[in-house]
Amino acid sequence: MNYMTEVRWSPYVAGVGIGILSWLSFLISRKPIACSTTFAKASGMVEKLIRGDMVDRKLYYQKEKLAFDWQWMLVTGIVIGSLISALLSGDFHWQWVPDLWASRFGTGPVLRLFAAVLGGICLGFGARWADGCTSGHGISGTMQLALSSWISTACFFIGGIVVAGAIY
Amino acid sequence: MTSGSVNKPKKDIPQLLWGLVFGIAFGFLLQKGGVTKYDVIAGQLLLRDFTVVKVMLSAILTGMVGIYFMKSRGWVELFPKSGSLGMNVIGGLIFGAGFAILGYCPGTIAGAIGNGYLDALVGGLAGIMTGAGIFAALYPKLNDGILKWGYYGKVTLPQVFKVSDSAVVIPVVVIIVLTLFLVEFAGL
Repeated sequence: MNYMTEVRWSPYVAGVGIGILSWLSFLISRKPIACSTTFAKASGMVEKLIRGDMVDRKLYYQKEKLAFDWQWMLVTGIVIGSLISALLSGDFHWQWVPDLWASRFGTGPVLRLFAAVLGGICLGFGARWADGCTSGHGISGTMQLALSSWISTACFFIGGIVVAGAIY
Repeated sequence: MTSGSVNKPKKDIPQLLWGLVFGIAFGFLLQKGGVTKYDVIAGQLLLRDFTVVKVMLSAILTGMVGIYFMKSRGWVELFPKSGSLGMNVIGGLIFGAGFAILGYCPGTIAGAIGNGYLDALVGGLAGIMTGAGIFAALYPKLNDGILKWGYYGKVTLPQVFKVSDSAVVIPVVVIIVLTLFLVEFAGL
């Protein structure tokens, strides 16, 4: 089965695969594929470790309960699935600074980590503000033809393209 | 069961396992598709590499046709997210800025970690959790204000245009296919 050890598949094949996975997710779990809520719960759960059960009473964590749920398992699975895929093809390797980043900003990991944290903050904040990310809105929501998702996804890319153009 | 008792809902273990299985498959497909890499995602936002668009549009096309077919048979119901202009436009743009600066999205942070990318594991993960935590802290003030501005709720496009599902699905199929042909034809 050589295709399992290939470094890259056609993006169309990967995309169709994700679409089919979505059918199964709807049929079997009655849930769309989505990711960003899990990071919000993780944040609250870490805060709870530090500050105790009073964190559960925050208005947002009454809406999004701090517990290991289906989506938590999905996000954990993504790490595992990606790892398996990368190991099978020999693509797994530890790397601090991406090549494209280095070509523009240098190979220094401190600058890259600073940008990663800053970008991550905007990502996490924006995902909760919009109530979804490129998986939940961008793939699952748009395929359901949800207005909220079409608008969110357009704005993800408009914002992303403008800022990427500005920093590069 | 007496009416006064409080029963903690039992964890649905089989469903938790399905979540894990779906996640593993999703992570595998994302990695094979190339989208767990900063160079691919930033390349897309710089309009140099259209892998992300190809993966997403293929997924949306396939997913939409299948989901709406299953909906027409009554096999599934839809779960559109509720929204408003305040939520989706402002949140979307802020997300987009983060997407460009970090070079991963939430799902691909997880995928990038599996691929060995330490900027996602150390920087991205800390950042996204911090950002989400800041939002949770501000939520009570935001929820009664800007997040409700221009509210439209869980509406889908067929409902917006007051047409049948097919009246939207079919043109969207055509638009996606044409877009992908154009992208390939342009050598992107």
